[in-house]
Amino acid sequence: MSQILTIGGRQFRSYFNGPVAYIVICIVMLTLGFFFWNTFFLFGRASTREMFRWLGLILVFALPALTMGLLAEEKRTGTIELLITMPVTEAQVILGKFLGVLGLYAVLLVLTLAYPISVSTLGNLDWGPVWSGYLGLFLQGSAILAIGLMASSWTSNQLIALFVALTLSVFLWVLDKFLALLPTSAASALEWLSFDYHFQSMARGVVDLRDVLFFVSVTVFALALAFRALESRRWS
Amino acid sequence: MTDVMIDARDLTKHYGPVTALKNATFQVNRGEVVGFLGPNGAGKTTTMKILTCFIAPSGGTARVGGADIFDDPIAVREAIGYLPESTPLYTEMLVLEYLEFVGKMRGLSGGGLHARLRRVVEETSLGDVIGKSIGELSKGFRQRVGLAQALIHEPPVLILDEPMSGLDPNQASEIRELIREIGRERTVILSTHNLAEVRLTCGRVLIISKGELVADDTPDELAARAGKPRFVATLRRNGRSASDIHEAFSAIGDAQSVQEQAGAAAGELIVEVVPKGNQDLRADIFQAAVSANLVLLGLEQRGENLEDIFRQLTTGAGASS
Repeated sequence: MSQILTIGGRQFRSYFNGPVAYIVICIVMLTLGFFFWNTFFLFGRASTREMFRWLGLILVFALPALTMGLLAEEKRTGTIELLITMPVTEAQVILGKFLGVLGLYAVLLVLTLAYPISVSTLGNLDWGPVWSGYLGLFLQGSAILAIGLMASSWTSNQLIALFVALTLSVFLWVLDKFLALLPTSAASALEWLSFDYHFQSMARGVVDLRDVLFFVSVTVFALALAFRALESRRWS
Repeated sequence: MTDVMIDARDLTKHYGPVTALKNATFQVNRGEVVGFLGPNGAGKTTTMKILTCFIAPSGGTARVGGADIFDDPIAVREAIGYLPESTPLYTEMLVLEYLEFVGKMRGLSGGGLHARLRRVVEETSLGDVIGKSIGELSKGFRQRVGLAQALIHEPPVLILDEPMSGLDPNQASEIRELIREIGRERTVILSTHNLAEVRLTCGRVLIISKGELVADDTPDELAARAGKPRFVATLRRNGRSASDIHEAFSAIGDAQSVQEQAGAAAGELIVEVVPKGNQDLRADIFQAAVSANLVLLGLEQRGENLEDIFRQLTTGAGASS
């Protein structure tokens, strides 16, 4: 366990030695600010519904930028060899990397608290949906980060990792947007696979165990595939 | 604990249709510094990656410090300090920060970690750059950071993949000194394709070619195998013709061949004399020069030639000697 934390801590700190984390944080905060305040006064309601709607979407695009280098860059520079030949298992490396980026994501989420706090000064904000919305964001984000880590484990090229992760996360987010075009049986299955479907109900303040389990399962599944990819190097 | 620190048996590795390593069997004892020698792509790095459990062999197995690479890779990794080829380090980290990270990964903490940090920083003379970021360091300093991270947990076995490559002669001699120092109590395997390096650092040489071990001996033994000593004399001609001189030296009883060599200055002549066996012909050459009224300006014994044996063993041109 201590090695997982050591790997995670190193990863977390290394984000602040490079530009990527700052860029992602800035872009997320600025685009969120633009979209959110743009319409906020039109509705004239002290609600964070719109904020979660936008943040859910922005993060689908932004988070793969945080994960693209996690393993791809270590493979490109060869540092993976030193990491793996320390007395750690592949699973510890994957979990450590995941915790490191999850920590950065948590920081990002804390920064966005500025929005509900400002809203609460303007009117009577119901904090219940805010917390459930943040839980939803955290879970959806975990799933996207795990998918990004998995993509990063497949290649030594950060851009390919970014592209694969973006494609997968956008695809999973957008799934429930075309349901009208499909027969009902297929539609309900696709809806169930969609990130946004599960996230939006949490953003409305409904914490359903099935939504939680969905994101947790996607996360675990993607991390397991990343583990397999990292381990397969031994036998190649 | 046994004295055999590395015990490789029939290690074989295929990459698809390519065989990178074929039935490599060797042992390395405690306190040995072994040079792994071979041309690029011969299988040196593959062997090291197998021993450090980065990749698994397709056949055979190995034990490092008593632990099997398949059964207990964690114990194997604990016993090893590893410096991969081209020293991959996290360039954005500070030297101290990085060594601390490695120390923690190696299970050190608190006072023990700090004592070890102080010790390796001293051993590798990193004191002046401890607060710099690794990316700013010169190649020589990076190499030392690489060695420091390999040493931090006092491993009984060190595996160093081309620790000298890219270093200038001063840096190389510092690192060499350090490796010799380390090799007194520990087992060291280092790979190189620099032959002079091996003579200076290693007590034993394993030569690998096309995935197969072709030699396992001390550098001196290998050199002796390379062939007979040769004696090279530089003479002032004193107006004598080359054939006269040739004749004078051919009269030496134990001389097998006498050859004029290129590169002599005006009025001088360079002659190479090869003995029939392993005889020392220096006295005879001096006598021959005196009796032929030649002035001997220089006399050199070129005994061994590790380059030759290396070339023979690794190109399969064994018949050339």
